[in-house]
Amino acid sequence: MQALAGTGPRRDDALARLHERLLRIARREAARRGPLLSISGPELDDVAYQAAADALLAITAKIGQFRGESRFTTWAYKFAIFEVSAKVGRHFWRHPVVPLAAEDWDRLPARFGFDPAHQAEWRDLFAVLGRAVDTELTPRQREVFVAIVLNGVPLDTLVLSLASNRNAIYKMLFDARRKLRAALAADGYLSDDSSRRL
Amino acid sequence: MNGWSALDRFLRTDPRDVGCAEAMQMLHVYAELVAVGASAEQRYPGIAAHLRACGPCGEDFEGLLAAVCDEAQ
Repeated sequence: MQALAGTGPRRDDALARLHERLLRIARREAARRGPLLSISGPELDDVAYQAAADALLAITAKIGQFRGESRFTTWAYKFAIFEVSAKVGRHFWRHPVVPLAAEDWDRLPARFGFDPAHQAEWRDLFAVLGRAVDTELTPRQREVFVAIVLNGVPLDTLVLSLASNRNAIYKMLFDARRKLRAALAADGYLSDDSSRRL
Repeated sequence: MNGWSALDRFLRTDPRDVGCAEAMQMLHVYAELVAVGASAEQRYPGIAAHLRACGPCGEDFEGLLAAVCDEAQ
């Protein structure tokens, strides 16, 4: 770490060694997420190379923020993981499977694994849920709910689409979940202690 | 898991949940504690709650934990 904060050939050598480690971590992480991306081979390796390079830039820019709460390598690897994660989100953004704002509400029960053969048991539940989405959520919360829950858009992809950040989108979905649970609880479908009526 | 329990689980929110920003900030510390079998969840209940509920942060945690465990071998 001291070498990274220094100058000259010693720093260059430390940067090269760190990049080698970051690339190893990024490659493995990209491979772990590869099936989600439906990409492999050179394209996947390219994700890893870009992630390692961007992680190295982030680490050198933020090295003064390292507080010694963990090993330096763990702190550094976090940036490689984050960069792979961001590039996965970007990939989905460039290759959307479903339009972000498409609204096919008939497929919502299947998103949670409800059996179409037992529709009589859950039809009313989803009618109440649909009304709550329209009446309880703010327009932004509704937009986030539709994209992530109904259309299965990855949260990080939505972050890019809305030019937002992960924390803000998560918070919006968190508040939407809380409101929808309260609506279903008020109608007796779920209780506040998380047990359901049936 | 049937539909009812999946919906129930999705709509359940934990008030201790710290959100993505704080979880990401401390992820390296949390992952190291988990890797050595220390009581990460007791020490950081808000991060544990978040990682259970947030898919992207949970994925990042799994990736970092794998990297830390690999490094230790």
